[in-house]
Amino acid sequence: MTTATTTEAALAVRATGVHRSFDGREVLSGIDLTLHQGEFLALLGRSGSGKSTLLRAMAGLDPDFTGELLVPERRSVVFQDHRLQPWKRVLDNVVLGLPRAGAKEAGLNALAEVGLTERARDWPITLSGGEAQRAALARALVRDPALLLLDEPFGALDALTRLKMHALLRELCRKHRPAVLLVTHDVDEAIALADRVIVLTDGRLGPSHEVGVGELRGVLLKELGVVEAG
Amino acid sequence: MATTVTAPPVPKSPPDSPVLIDAATLSRPNRTWVPLPRWLRRLAGPALVVAVWQLLGATGNINPRVLATPAQVAQAAWELAKDGELASNLLASLQRVGSGLLIGVGLGVLLAVLAGLFRLGEELIDSTMQVVRALPVLGLLPLVIIWFGVGEEPKIALVAFAAACPVYINTYAGIRGVDNRLVESGRVVGLNRLGLIRHVILPGAVPGFLVGLRFALTSAWLVIIVAEQLNATSGIGYLMNQAQAWYRTDIIVLGLLIYGVLGLLADSLVRLLERRLLVWRRGFNGA
Ligand SMILES: Nc1ncnc2c1ncn2[C@@H]1O[C@H](COP(=O)(O)OP(=O)(O)OP(=O)(O)O)[C@@H](O)[C@H]1O
Ligand SMILES: [Mg+2]
Repeated sequence: MTTATTTEAALAVRATGVHRSFDGREVLSGIDLTLHQGEFLALLGRSGSGKSTLLRAMAGLDPDFTGELLVPERRSVVFQDHRLQPWKRVLDNVVLGLPRAGAKEAGLNALAEVGLTERARDWPITLSGGEAQRAALARALVRDPALLLLDEPFGALDALTRLKMHALLRELCRKHRPAVLLVTHDVDEAIALADRVIVLTDGRLGPSHEVGVGELRGVLLKELGVVEAG
Repeated sequence: MATTVTAPPVPKSPPDSPVLIDAATLSRPNRTWVPLPRWLRRLAGPALVVAVWQLLGATGNINPRVLATPAQVAQAAWELAKDGELASNLLASLQRVGSGLLIGVGLGVLLAVLAGLFRLGEELIDSTMQVVRALPVLGLLPLVIIWFGVGEEPKIALVAFAAACPVYINTYAGIRGVDNRLVESGRVVGLNRLGLIRHVILPGAVPGFLVGLRFALTSAWLVIIVAEQLNATSGIGYLMNQAQAWYRTDIIVLGLLIYGVLGLLADSLVRLLERRLLVWRRGFNGA
């Protein structure tokens, strides 16, 4: 198997038997996962369960996992911290790594989509937490990703800003239709945004839950071990 | 222009109610009683010292062989300036420091980049530099004279050496200290190795480089003073050394003043550079 081939709805991710250990301690013990174009999957799990480890492998930031992991060429990542280069103005951050031709327009369009047109020439240090995260979102979307990887992108934001970001993200995903993997430990956020929710426990993925079918919140909390079964 | 707000009469406050203070006074600097600009007030101290010094000298309380008066120093400056001796010696010193710095800073940056970016570079260069930096620069003087003779080269070489070490150490630390999360964020937007170096690593090392540059300027002056006093036929240090033979304390003090002013100028040059290169730190939006 070399490259991901197109099937019904184009495949965006296929993981088969992905393992990862740190110093002999296994964090991912056999992850099997498929994700299709336009699908929004939320990955829940307790702190330290290996969510970021899986996401980093998909992002191409981890050379040391084993197993098969097929991902598209065009993918973007938004981390919990914005990770804008502090010495580049907002627009230059957004278009960083893009081929020069047409980059500026594309960047300004992306900034307009997240409502930051005014701040294009500002330094990242002058942005508020929510604005910086929006700039990071613009940087991710300007690449027109087939796979959008989000690692607790709203974890550091206040509740109000987070709700606004949810709305923004929903709208942008409806428009651009990337496959999205959202890592979070907020059950309500997962239900609010995703089509499908999976819980990662002890290095393995649990069953996949469609959002909008049955009483999901209680089921997920049970799988996370927050409330007692029964 | 504090507006007075007439508060409704408060019923007698309970005994443990806190005393309220104006929050603005907490973050504003204290007003001083002298209605003069700050820089003028800061000049007052040195001016007072000079005045007392002049007074003591003029009344014969200081032997001119021990220390010339400020007026005598000014007189010496005027005379040396008139016959062009001051300018030519100043130029000689500036040229030495300038070329030495150029070579030293360039070499320091080059070595730091090689050691900071390449495994092999680190293994070859860093350990060597850690040993080299431990050498006292001025201790190299005899060796440098044997290598380069007594012309301009040994002085330039010493300045270059003195400048290269701090620039190397701080730039290397700057490169190594670049936040790995920023490197990762550069990688996920598809930067290749060259792009990472250009857009992430080198900009991240600029603050370290500037610290090194400041140290380099300081030690460059230190080295040139000594080198010129030991072995030179021109330069401010040479001028001072000649003056010593004739007990001309006025010229010696003049030389010291010149070194001081040049040091200050060099420092403000770095400051200017910092303001330009590190705008992103303060977020000032430039022009
Ligand atoms: N570079 C590393 N070296 C050693 N151990 C690591 C490394 N990265 C992650 N781990 C370990 O792997 C486990 C999973 O980490 P991971 O960051 O994937 O958790 P997470 O599910 O994202 O948690 P959180 O919700 O707190 O972000 C943790 O126990 C962590 O200590
Ligand atoms: Mg994590």
